[in-house]
Amino acid sequence: MASEQHLSAIKGAKVLMVGAGGIGCELLKTLALSGFKDIHIIDMDTIEVSNLNRQFLFRQSHVGESKAKVARDAVLKFRPDISITPYHANVKDPEFNVDFFKQFNVILNGLDNLDARRHVNRLCLAAGVPLIESGTTGFLGQVTVHVKGRTECYECQTKPAPKTYPVCTISSTPSKFVHCIVWAKDLLFAKLFGDKNQQNDLNVRSSNVSSSSQQTEDVFERQIDEDIEQYGRRLYDHVFGYNIELALSNEETWRHRNRPRPIYVKDIIPTELIHENGDLDKDSIIGDSSVSAMATLGLKNPQDLWSLKENSKLFFEALKLFFLKREKEIGNLIFDKDDQLAVEFVTAAANIRASSFGIPLHSLFEAKGIAGNIVHAVATTNAIIAGLIVIEAIKVLQNNVKDYRMTYCLEHPSKKMLLMPVEPFEPNKSCYVCSETPLTLEINTHHSKLRDLVEKIVKAKLGMNLPLIMHGSVLLYEVGDDLEENEVANYAANLEKVLSELPSPITGGTILTVEDLQQELKCSINIKHREQFDEEKEPDGMILFGWTQALAVEKNYNGASTSQATSLNTEEDEELQFIPTQIGKKRKLSDNFITASSDNSCIPKETKIKRKADEVDCNNGNSDYGREKMEQ
Amino acid sequence: MDGEELTEHETALYDRQIRVWGADAQRRLSKSHILVSGLKGTVVEFCKNIVLAGVGSVTLNDDRLVTEELLSANFLIPLDENVYAGKTLAELCCDSLKDFNPMVRVSVEKGALSNFGVDFFDKFDVVVVSCCSLSTKKSVNEKCRKLSKRMAFYTVDCRDNCGEIFVDLQNYIYSKKKDDETFQCHLDYPSFVEAIAVPWKSLPRRVSKLYLAMRVMEKYEELEGRVPGETSAADLLNVQKLRKELCEAHSVSESQIPDSILQRLLEGRQEFPPVCAIIGGILGQEVIKAISGKGDPLKNFFFFDAMDGKGIIEDISEQKAQG
Ligand SMILES: [Zn+2]
Repeated sequence: MASEQHLSAIKGAKVLMVGAGGIGCELLKTLALSGFKDIHIIDMDTIEVSNLNRQFLFRQSHVGESKAKVARDAVLKFRPDISITPYHANVKDPEFNVDFFKQFNVILNGLDNLDARRHVNRLCLAAGVPLIESGTTGFLGQVTVHVKGRTECYECQTKPAPKTYPVCTISSTPSKFVHCIVWAKDLLFAKLFGDKNQQNDLNVRSSNVSSSSQQTEDVFERQIDEDIEQYGRRLYDHVFGYNIELALSNEETWRHRNRPRPIYVKDIIPTELIHENGDLDKDSIIGDSSVSAMATLGLKNPQDLWSLKENSKLFFEALKLFFLKREKEIGNLIFDKDDQLAVEFVTAAANIRASSFGIPLHSLFEAKGIAGNIVHAVATTNAIIAGLIVIEAIKVLQNNVKDYRMTYCLEHPSKKMLLMPVEPFEPNKSCYVCSETPLTLEINTHHSKLRDLVEKIVKAKLGMNLPLIMHGSVLLYEVGDDLEENEVANYAANLEKVLSELPSPITGGTILTVEDLQQELKCSINIKHREQFDEEKEPDGMILFGWTQALAVEKNYNGASTSQATSLNTEEDEELQFIPTQIGKKRKLSDNFITASSDNSCIPKETKIKRKADEVDCNNGNSDYGREKMEQ
Repeated sequence: MDGEELTEHETALYDRQIRVWGADAQRRLSKSHILVSGLKGTVVEFCKNIVLAGVGSVTLNDDRLVTEELLSANFLIPLDENVYAGKTLAELCCDSLKDFNPMVRVSVEKGALSNFGVDFFDKFDVVVVSCCSLSTKKSVNEKCRKLSKRMAFYTVDCRDNCGEIFVDLQNYIYSKKKDDETFQCHLDYPSFVEAIAVPWKSLPRRVSKLYLAMRVMEKYEELEGRVPGETSAADLLNVQKLRKELCEAHSVSESQIPDSILQRLLEGRQEFPPVCAIIGGILGQEVIKAISGKGDPLKNFFFFDAMDGKGIIEDISEQKAQG
């Protein structure tokens, strides 16, 4: 029965795949073998070494090339008679508009991030094209079917948001290793090597001590002709010693917490030893990305747990290498998990800080996973998920609505099942994406600016790419390439205005229309003025209703390799125990939706830092450091 | 863990999966030797998975000459007679698999699987057989069991849009971590002969219908001297007759094996690539678990049917049946 009945549906179908990563490679292969003749594939990524263990269409020699194009060529070798159209591009690019989507019979997602998934969901709804969505992490995976009006859309249920941490936890009271990593990466690394104009909360401001900002700024700058060793020791003592002393002086903070221990370099590495550090000349002819402090220090295994002393040496060595080998980049660096030296520096700094706060140290391998939000990925799960996608795609093409299933791939069986099909849910009638239910926003209209609304609600929560905000017939905000200069200036000015002082004031009772022309998504927001917000519980200073953000499950980022192995198991056990118990209550099931798949990214690679513009004060800290989990 | 450390290149290449199963498991994988016999779509999928995972070696056994039908779900070989003519399936798959991961040794072993002696199997840690007769399945399994070391033995079979995996890990001990505690777990597997001898009457009433239907098909092909999968709708009457005999012998109702399933199994000669990917994926995962000693292995049958979308584990063993 397999082929004959399916064959005609398959043969005439034109399908779009979004993503040519782990799921994408498997999917393209299975589609081609199954007889699909017209496949289009979008992926903005290029091939990396760490893809090769599962993205089997790629070889070492392809590193750096477009995934979509190489995948096409590889599949044409065994099915030369089919048509595969690759796009080395971001699915959010304007060329992929509703009309583009309309030409396909079904869209198949093999994405790795929430942002792009929401974008594709909206385009599918607008174009009226069925969407098959998928995700994997480790041995877990899922496939879901979304057909407008028949089943729920991808956004009918809220998805866990990226985990964010209060700035206070990061800058002064870390209690987990991940807090130290975020500090090392988003504060220290960014301060030393990143854009100097970026705001940075590195210096703790205690309410008792007001330090001259001029003075503290100087600590981070290497003086002209300053000996690199000298600079490193000064910096080390400041961030791991003096800053901790300063924080300790605020007794209130430590009443219910363990007091950290200031660490000074003289106690860890005697002066003469630093000079024995490393052997720079040994490999002085090296390109930028291959510079490694581990190599010059003779540290071989990234899975080893290094001592405080070793981490301190690594800190100095990495710092030195940045100045000696990569000085030109200083001031423009952004942390990248594939930048060996950056990973070494962040690992070392995080471990020294962890040591100070009595938090267990981690290996570079583990630290890299946490800092880079690396998702676990294996080939087998991707292959299974790709098979399930094709099975659903064939049903969708034949319009077998009653047979549509969402399928979960489990690590431990539930009711004897490793692959568990579940009937799809009906559309959620109050979904702001697929039904036009208005949202309600509680906000202080005399205090919040239009910028806050755009950043925190329209972009962060509603996931709009190119938003347009209207009050009645007055356009308050718009983005696009085709705007006049005076419009751009006007909108820029509006952004800085308090809501109630806009040309068309937003006050309690106002109904705003927010629209994304590319996604063809339009929603109404009823504004309710509210005077006070709880800084701890409502850090945004505004609350959106009709859109409830699920609490992010705090992930354990430990690798499976060392003494920490249990964390990974625990994390997965929790997820898996969750699924079976929820079968009865179908709705809940997709709380387990995997929003990060191991595979490929169609949005620009950047670490997300949600930051409030306000001055940061520890006792009044309200900016969050967000971490989006995606493979990069 | 004993043995040398992973090289820098291995750590980089296997980074994402080491984060799943750990460096110890990766080292064990790199020292394992796997024999694979019968290279249709599902097994090709499996080979891809374990070569990517980084096992030590894969030995391929399939002397059939390549035909278009054999390639219908095979992505290793160009669908071009000029390339494949005159070569065996194993030879062609070997060239392609080597390319997937230069760190894995892939080679071909010629000869009929049923002719290999006990000693031959001693070189391997895992044996996977497919596309072979009932008697070959039985005899290879028994040979594996005669060896002093513990072998992992698997059979896999896909027909139409469903498939079956059988697992024999003999006496399998593995450790399992839960809530920071490590448990020793012990599973006792029946051999293939022992498993299929379990009286149907003693199986759970809701046992997968595919399990019973596959036993009828296997038996039918054996009695008729057919190459596995060489059946058609014309065999239905005879298969029904055999079903009646077997059901009577086991005192179960014939309704346990509906005609619809038998028809699908008889007619569905063409492999269905999505099912090959799914079964090949599950099999890959199981073999990785067995080598690495991490994770609960399945015991001892797995079935997937695209008709209902379920992937089900069935424990078909004597103790289970009595208990
Ligand atoms: Zn919806």
